[in-house]
Amino acid sequence: MKQLLILSGKGGTGKTTAAGVFAALAPNKILVDCDVDAADFHLLLAPEILETHDFDALPGAKIDPGLCNGCGICASVCRFEAALKQADGKYYVDPYLCEGCRVCVTACPAGAISLVDRLAGQWFVSSTRFGPLIHARLIPGEENSGLLVAKIRQVATQKANEKGYDLIIIDGPPGIGCPVISSLTGIDLALIITEPTVAGKHDLERVIQLARHFNIPVQVAINKWDLAPEKTDDIEAYCAAENIPVAGRIPFDAELVKSIAGGKTAVEAHSGPGTEALVALWENMSRILQNKSAQNQ
Amino acid sequence: MKLAVASGKGGTGKTTIAVNLARVLAEEGPVQFIDCDVEEPNAHFFLKPSLDTEREVSILVPVIDRVLCNGCGECVKACAFNAIAVLGHKALVFAEICHGCGGCARVCPTKAITEQPNRLGVVSTGPAGNIFFVEGRIDVGTPLSVPVTKGARREIKEQDGIVILDAPPGTTCPVVAAVAGCDYVLLVTEPTPFGLNDLKLAVELVRELDIPHGVVINRADIGDQGVEEFCRREGISIHLRIPFERQFAETIAHGGLLVDAFPAWRPKFQALWHKIQEEVTV
Amino acid sequence: MKVVVTAQTNSLDSEIDPRFGRCQYLIFVDTETDSWVAVPNPALAEPGGAGIAVSQFVADEKADALITGNIGPNAARGLAAQGIKVYVGSHGTVKEALAALKAGQLTPASGPTVKRRSGM
Ligand code: SF4
Ligand code: SF4
Repeated sequence: MKQLLILSGKGGTGKTTAAGVFAALAPNKILVDCDVDAADFHLLLAPEILETHDFDALPGAKIDPGLCNGCGICASVCRFEAALKQADGKYYVDPYLCEGCRVCVTACPAGAISLVDRLAGQWFVSSTRFGPLIHARLIPGEENSGLLVAKIRQVATQKANEKGYDLIIIDGPPGIGCPVISSLTGIDLALIITEPTVAGKHDLERVIQLARHFNIPVQVAINKWDLAPEKTDDIEAYCAAENIPVAGRIPFDAELVKSIAGGKTAVEAHSGPGTEALVALWENMSRILQNKSAQNQ
Repeated sequence: MKLAVASGKGGTGKTTIAVNLARVLAEEGPVQFIDCDVEEPNAHFFLKPSLDTEREVSILVPVIDRVLCNGCGECVKACAFNAIAVLGHKALVFAEICHGCGGCARVCPTKAITEQPNRLGVVSTGPAGNIFFVEGRIDVGTPLSVPVTKGARREIKEQDGIVILDAPPGTTCPVVAAVAGCDYVLLVTEPTPFGLNDLKLAVELVRELDIPHGVVINRADIGDQGVEEFCRREGISIHLRIPFERQFAETIAHGGLLVDAFPAWRPKFQALWHKIQEEVTV
Repeated sequence: MKVVVTAQTNSLDSEIDPRFGRCQYLIFVDTETDSWVAVPNPALAEPGGAGIAVSQFVADEKADALITGNIGPNAARGLAAQGIKVYVGSHGTVKEALAALKAGQLTPASGPTVKRRSGM
């Protein structure tokens, strides 16, 4: 079983559009949406949710206003500036700032602070017209998306092993932070979709550094390459110098945007130059993954 | 006045809006620009600051004196994150998991724990023309970004006019760290189902935080009516619509500013600012 | 010698659980008497640092050796500090792994087998 991760560094580069095409074309796979913060993959896949599970965050501190005497010790020990003074001189804990370290709970001389459970989000097992989808939703403002990513990946791997799926296709989170780190571990191939802009190139370099840090093989594809051909050359030169293969170039194609509006993957909606390039990109990925499987045997 | 520019989804043109707005406003008075997108700080490509000061951002992590430590395990009980364990009869710290809360040091009966800084990233500052520019940047491989965002915000000079914060994309903790305490949040989106879905999440968050907000639609002419309908239904003002133009895309690709390359856009960004101000003062 | 094996269910016929920090059960076996006890992983629901928490648990239970599938660098460092021998890459059932250990067919690992923060 192989795991293909699609990343972007910067968001909005067409990562999910590409993932949609791969979902439509790949045989015998499980789909995972690791962009738990702003999950979009389901919009293309119209999942029917079969299972819903709660995802708990670390319990947070809560001050009982009846017991708080306003001494302010909680605020002086909290390193996250989460214990704040109210107008009436008593203190409260801002749930967005609290990291759940419990230091204030032990420090409060009045015993006014206790821990309360917090729901961070939910994760789902769904069925789609292209096979099973594991996805999640983090409550806005919550943290620990890295752990939620680890959780749904673990569910996907377990399912793939049980049911004999050959491939897990993962729509990754944007950025280079905690959720991306969680999405990279144990990946067989990471495809980074970038754009020919100064910002796109910079972000690409940061994701590549990160993937290298974890020893993950990387390929790059350049979306909307014709919007700035010199920048595209620039990125390709960078990739060549870094020994990173460029697996495809996708031209700007307004039809791709429209296909999303219909809730369809590009291959289902039309057959313009953008779609063709994405299909070619998938064929490339598929070949690389097959070679990897062959090597393992 | 603190204005945060945010978006539920990345790649909507959030930074484009933030930097162009900063440029036109800087002609009239002092502007501070804080790049809080610490995972991917990109605003410097457009505003081209000369960053002359750098400050490291770190958290304090415990260091164990192996002579004083008697292996009692009080520190282990105190740590909510499993960042410390007693193994081989001595406490052992796992710094990359540590949140720097200081809980272990507070409870150690033998005073075996001291705390030392562990670097997470860097905050750089410097002028970009009339703009005072601040950028937070996490080190690659660091999972904790909030302290770096907070570090960048600490550079804000409160008395000095307009502050524009470029927030990270999404709706999680780091976004809260960037937008909390701002007077207004400008949400940048695209008229696609992806854009709409993420806009809804972002609206949910700013409502929860109780911050006035409005919308800018980028690439307004490729897509559908979903975002427009949503904003109408929810009573959220759309302050600006920017159409898709190949020339715009090229300008941005090369780190250019729309208000410099297409002066016709200057009054539009000025108008955007006035609309925001009206909503804040109401 | 006290050996602990990560397992998917609570019996000797269980498959080995390849994960250390997030394994379902820990089965402690006394190799002299062959008596054993299965304990649900106390760190399974921990939001973070599960590998470290399980290392602490295994150390507190005074295990001398561990048999599992993979181990991360934090747990590897912790178990090494405690002087626990770690046998990785094991599969099959708990019983089979114990037999292999007795027959001297397992070689101790010298470092982590998965990258940092895999279970974060
Ligand atoms: S500082 Fe806090 S998080 Fe770090 S090891 Fe000590 S108790 Fe744990
Ligand atoms: S509390 Fe202090 S003495 Fe006790 S184990 Fe921790 S570091 Fe050592």
